[in-house]
Amino acid sequence: MGRPVQYNTNEKVTLVDLPEGYSGEGFHATSFDKVIGLARKNSLWPLPFATSCCGIEFMATMASNYDLARFGSERMGFTPRQCDMLLVAGTISKKLGPILRQVYIQMAEPRWVVAIGACASSGGIFDSYSVLQGIDQVIPVDVYVPGCPPRPEGIIDGVLKLQELVGNESLRRRNSEKYKELMQGYGIQ
Amino acid sequence: MADNNIKSMLPETSETTHGRHHIKLSEDSLAKQTTTLNLGPTHPATHGVFQNILEVDGERILHTDPTIGYIHRAFEKIAERRPYYQVTPLTDRLNYCSAAINNIGWHLTVEKLVGIQTPKRVDYLRVIIMELARIADHLVCNSVIGVDTGALTGFTYVFQYREKIYDIWEEICGSRLTTNIGRFGGFERNFNQAAWDKLDDFMRTFPHAFEEFQILLDRNRIFMERCMGAGPITAEKALSYSVTGPNLRAAGVDYDVRVSNPYCSYEDFDFKIPIGTTGDVYDRYMVRNTEIWESFSIIQQAIEKIKDLDPSIYHADVPDFYLPEKKDVYTKMESLIYHFKIVMGEINILPGEVYHAVEGGNGELGYYLISDGGRSPYRLHFRRPCFIYYQIYPEIIKGGLLSDAVVTLSSLNVIAGELDA
Amino acid sequence: MLNHEHIIRKLTEKFGSSVSFEEPYGFLTVTVPAADNLKALQFLYDDEELKFRFLTDLTGVHYPDRTGEELSVVYHLHNLVDNVRLRLKIYVPSAQPDVFTATQLFPGANWMERETYDFFGFNFVGHPDLRRILNADEMNYFPMRKEYTLEDPQRTDKDDEMFGR
Repeated sequence: MGRPVQYNTNEKVTLVDLPEGYSGEGFHATSFDKVIGLARKNSLWPLPFATSCCGIEFMATMASNYDLARFGSERMGFTPRQCDMLLVAGTISKKLGPILRQVYIQMAEPRWVVAIGACASSGGIFDSYSVLQGIDQVIPVDVYVPGCPPRPEGIIDGVLKLQELVGNESLRRRNSEKYKELMQGYGIQ
Repeated sequence: MADNNIKSMLPETSETTHGRHHIKLSEDSLAKQTTTLNLGPTHPATHGVFQNILEVDGERILHTDPTIGYIHRAFEKIAERRPYYQVTPLTDRLNYCSAAINNIGWHLTVEKLVGIQTPKRVDYLRVIIMELARIADHLVCNSVIGVDTGALTGFTYVFQYREKIYDIWEEICGSRLTTNIGRFGGFERNFNQAAWDKLDDFMRTFPHAFEEFQILLDRNRIFMERCMGAGPITAEKALSYSVTGPNLRAAGVDYDVRVSNPYCSYEDFDFKIPIGTTGDVYDRYMVRNTEIWESFSIIQQAIEKIKDLDPSIYHADVPDFYLPEKKDVYTKMESLIYHFKIVMGEINILPGEVYHAVEGGNGELGYYLISDGGRSPYRLHFRRPCFIYYQIYPEIIKGGLLSDAVVTLSSLNVIAGELDA
Repeated sequence: MLNHEHIIRKLTEKFGSSVSFEEPYGFLTVTVPAADNLKALQFLYDDEELKFRFLTDLTGVHYPDRTGEELSVVYHLHNLVDNVRLRLKIYVPSAQPDVFTATQLFPGANWMERETYDFFGFNFVGHPDLRRILNADEMNYFPMRKEYTLEDPQRTDKDDEMFGR
């Protein structure tokens, strides 16, 4: 086992487990994939793209009772350039679709998307001429959270599911042919 | 050849600006002394998807061009295709900060159309629900004014009490935010003991917390200086722009639907309508704070009044419109048939035309319903207060500072869902 | 105190037999010829007894079966002093839906008329800025008219048996 850190031993703070690897006195050898995945997954910066009702539930998730910050998403960045996780909460109309796409394109790789609520996932109850029937028509989505609106527990569960994906993602995924094909499918270079 | 065509389409100025042909500048752009600034639709300070293209001179706003409709969901068209009961979930999503008022307002409209008289206890229970919703709505708005002036503490503090209101609703209807509460003629089930206990808990703990919130902001020098004089509305202008709700009252007009056209036995309650004088951000904030206390007092009165009434009544006796109890639906054939008929809209709704208004979280929420006797409304129009009063926004921020515009927007309590329908 | 009989008498005095009255659910409804809408609104606004100076709501209705008067504009007015509400209706043919704008009288009618234009295609004559407001500018039909479906006709998803159409 690696040498335990002597300072900062507050028992209330849960530390992540060491990734699998080879340990000795003063060192721990493991693969880059695992270390970077570990770091990424526990410090996801959310970009809330909140439009309607789900946005209010997202506010509740960020507020004191549920507190998404406990899972490493402390800082809400409102600029796409600095964020990793796009949280689309609420109805996206056809008029708003291009703007959502623009925001997604402005985000730097690696980027992940969570569709919060029925409207973002599939159009929800609004099967009408003005509503985009799911944001996966304009941008790729990693995690869908069902509910109209989902409870804050649901949103947190969605973020945890995304953390799992992020933690296990191969470093080469974003360079793979398959990923490029996916992006090309959406017309994003 | 093709190349030449493209070049001829470009404006003259773009040739001179370092060969960046893709930026199209207007002809006077080099001469003009002001800056065009795009605020929204995804700007964090707008709390919703509104776009305002501002023309600013330094920090002063000269002109605003608002664009709305980014979450237009065609409610009125959908309502023409849905049976009457299925319109209730749509109303939830109008002003989702106080969804219960919208639900009950819709039920009252249909009750007016078909002529259902509700018992007093139902009215009082509805009043409790609606006033809780009003408190929840005003809490969001006022705490967000705090956030926009740099005081995040108030927001995280009062959101706990919003959660308590959610818990009460959850006991009554099973949902937190989009409540879909009640039915035509009353409620789907009586308030259970847990709901009453949670309501008691809320009534006991809320005053202290809200006092603390007020201590934090009401006489806070920084907050006052940020808010006073920002975005003022005069009474004449408010009336000519059909502003309603707390924003109209802050301008000094004592118009409240609960008093002028009482519904749901509001005439039995004793409450005041707070009004402001200048209609600026601070007045709007204070009017909402006072309204929270008035709503609190209405709930107290309603709890007292209910004690004298038969506790088993929670809906009017209208089997033609009121869904039968769920356990009967599963066991009795007749109830199952009734349930199916009502849910599929095979109920006898008379042809007619009604307008019914309730005092929503941010103004007069009206339902203009035309029925042709069919299974769904022939035409249903929502009078959405914030759609109507948001058009005053460019005028009241004109000449003010950019930072005042942000606070003004949050103090108007514009809810994107209601704005765009 | 202002009552319905008095309003009816005053309007009949002014406009003669061209106006008609109804009272569905105790809500006084006045129908005037489309060309007189502004005159009626102005009269209701200016008259010292009537004082309908608050425009509560403005919307449109489409009745495809009424030939020659398919489209209707409905105004809800409110006299806040005496607390009396009034509904004013006009009918226009869908072939030529010209309606005089109420924006000079009520600045708040601006967006309400834009929304009504967006949904039904009324041509509000004299409106300062008659553009679409909720829908995208590129839209080429008026979606609230009864002949158009709720769903987007162009779409290809959700068209299998699962969704029942």
